Amino acid sequence: MKAFLALGRLRQGASYLTQGTLGRSNLIAGKIVQVAPCCRRSHAVAANRKWTYSLDMNEDNFPAPISTYRVMDEEGRIIEKSQEPKIDDEKLIRMYKTMGLVNIVDKILYESQRQGRISFYMTNFGEEATHLGTAAALSDDDLVYAQYRESGVLHWRGFGLENLMNQCYGNKLDLGKGKQMPCHYGSKQINFVTISSPLTTQLPQAVGSAYAYKLAKNNKCVICYFGEGAASEGDAHAAFNFAATLGCPLIFFCRNNGYAISTPSSEQYKGDGIAGRGVGYGIKTVRVDGNDVLAVYNATLAAKNYCLTANKPVLIEAMTYRAGHHSTSDDSTAYRSADEVKLWQQQDNPISRAYKYLAQKNLWNETAQEAFEKETRAQVLEAFANAEKVKKPVWSEMFTDVYHDMPKNLRKQMKYLREHLDKYPEHYPLKNFT
Amino acid sequence: MTCVRSALRLLKSARDSSAISPLLTFKRTVAHFKYFEDASIPKNGETARINMFQAITEAMDHSMESDPTALLFGEDVAFGGVFRCSVGLQKKFGPERVFNTPLCEQGIAGFAIGAAVAGSTAIAEIQFADYIFPAFDQIVNEAAKYRYRSGGQFECGKLTIRTPCGAVGHGALYHSQSPEAYFAHTPGIKVVVPRGPLKAKGLLLSCIRDKDPCIFLEPKILYRGAVEEVPKDAYEIPLSQAEIVVPGDQVTMIGWGTQVHVLCEVAEMAKEKHNISCEVIDLCTILPWDEDTVYKSVSKTGRALISHEAPLTCGFGSELAASIQENCFLSLEAPVSRVTGFDTPFPHIFEPFYLPDKHRCLDAVLKLVEY
Repeated sequence: MKAFLALGRLRQGASYLTQGTLGRSNLIAGKIVQVAPCCRRSHAVAANRKWTYSLDMNEDNFPAPISTYRVMDEEGRIIEKSQEPKIDDEKLIRMYKTMGLVNIVDKILYESQRQGRISFYMTNFGEEATHLGTAAALSDDDLVYAQYRESGVLHWRGFGLENLMNQCYGNKLDLGKGKQMPCHYGSKQINFVTISSPLTTQLPQAVGSAYAYKLAKNNKCVICYFGEGAASEGDAHAAFNFAATLGCPLIFFCRNNGYAISTPSSEQYKGDGIAGRGVGYGIKTVRVDGNDVLAVYNATLAAKNYCLTANKPVLIEAMTYRAGHHSTSDDSTAYRSADEVKLWQQQDNPISRAYKYLAQKNLWNETAQEAFEKETRAQVLEAFANAEKVKKPVWSEMFTDVYHDMPKNLRKQMKYLREHLDKYPEHYPLKNFT
Repeated sequence: MTCVRSALRLLKSARDSSAISPLLTFKRTVAHFKYFEDASIPKNGETARINMFQAITEAMDHSMESDPTALLFGEDVAFGGVFRCSVGLQKKFGPERVFNTPLCEQGIAGFAIGAAVAGSTAIAEIQFADYIFPAFDQIVNEAAKYRYRSGGQFECGKLTIRTPCGAVGHGALYHSQSPEAYFAHTPGIKVVVPRGPLKAKGLLLSCIRDKDPCIFLEPKILYRGAVEEVPKDAYEIPLSQAEIVVPGDQVTMIGWGTQVHVLCEVAEMAKEKHNISCEVIDLCTILPWDEDTVYKSVSKTGRALISHEAPLTCGFGSELAASIQENCFLSLEAPVSRVTGFDTPFPHIFEPFYLPDKHRCLDAVLKLVEY
């Protein structure tokens, strides 16, 4: 790759050299016009060009990988005291509890899908620190574009268990009105743009939102989450390049969790991961230990400050691990070993690391943990049971929100369906609907 | 692509769910249709009872075996694919010929076109038809126009793109769409939809061997739900040839994929309850479609009903309706009827109301006859 880049530059250089033989001048309307060297080459790359007179095709000469930033080790011990973030105790505990909440909700909803009570679910196991490290470092009015595995951000912003459960059930209280599959959350109130299943479409959109925020001078930034698999889509290229060239204040937050369904990251990309690309686009880039909530917090806070002062994007690549299956439709034992998963969960578990850190600060202990789990589980089960009891929306909601004002053709189709349902009510699950 | 995409081993989860019926929980039926086995078995050799994903695996296996240039790739294809269509093929043919691509549909389509241009047989999988749109440019502007724009010098006829489509019970907006009409608007490609294992194997082999690029849309609910006798050997079913699945003389009903089964049941209901004789046609190939079979049938029955899951406006039913009225005008006893999905995105919880189910189709049949 680097070799090709070098070749490319050399070729460019050669063409400039040809111009140079004309006597360091440009040919305009048949006249040779002398120009100052600085004006002659306005090409962005040409401005900082260094010449070389040898070809390097040696693969060993790739640039060194970008280092991974961490604050604490696997045992929750701070490695470099100066890097310990100044977060007050109350907030630290809230961050930890929210990570735990994500985990408890996931266990219950995963099981409920297995029992056929909801149609689909996606767990966040193993990636909780990426949610809370980012969410806690941002303002609640910064705009969030999520992929589909960031429910900790929702919890932090107060989406609420009720809204979450109602969405999974698609009942009449669901903010999305029963239109999308479970896990496609969204809330205007908490600045969390509704999730869409197609991958990576949110990236260029986030860039556009950040540009609008920049012009509005509202001092808000945008964070856009995506996986390392999503980064392979063409939209990722578009987003990085637009953000860099148009100077957009947003944080691209890549959760590199090692897998895109069954495809390991080793088959997803070569080179220095997603972070390596940021450099190529001219984007300030940080690679962070995604299982270290403190490191993610520091990186996000610094990224936000940079975004808003420089009006430029930042790319954060958080190295983590998808400890659960891709979704309830997936069985990851078909492509990875149970031991691999166990090893990550035991040795580099983001929740355990946060627990150990808090315990060392005497902010948390076994007793607190037990009480928290018991209480939280009860709350989650209660919200779940409540959502289950609520009926689905009225069937005619199917026709709303296609357009701002329902056009004639849809009104006609709705009328046709109403007449059909009146005629054959016994064939439709009307009793489950409002 | 998304992933929520890996989704839906639907029938499996639907089966799991049927064991439990908690209060007010939306009870998903196993399927909105009854499967009618395909009786048109080609008369050659041994057969086995297999489902549709196995029939597709067999077709690809035969292709890989008989054509050393054949390649099979897409997202998650190596471990067998999220719908299990490529199980065992990487092991059998090696990672150079059966492989995962990075997660990028435009890349998959472009790569596949290039491989075909250079002489390989390219069998590309797009994980869900809902995620084919990033590849739209490559398919519509490139694959479809390669031969035309080069005066016949270059072409990518050895390209087949397979992708799961259609309703599945709880797929919602992005795991349920039937995008055949978008591609039917594209001269230069062929669009094919099987209705079960027997058709899937023969039609897929025809697509792979066809001299033009093909889009092969696989109704995902049939992967596991459709089981029937399928010849073990390779066989082809000609493209652009519709099949009369149920003969009849009062109403012609045209469908493809899963909807053919809905129409077969409607034909039964119309016969038993109303003594109406319906002819059911499986169009099989959407582009270029078999006009002769359709016109001959409608000229005989004088009534036509077209049914598809995709929305009404500009669905492929629109093309059929216009062509039928143009060519069978004097035979028509009633306006051509379309029973389709509504002009809304495909909704999650409202799927039972969205689908052009047997009750809506039967009601339309009665209206046609009473007209």
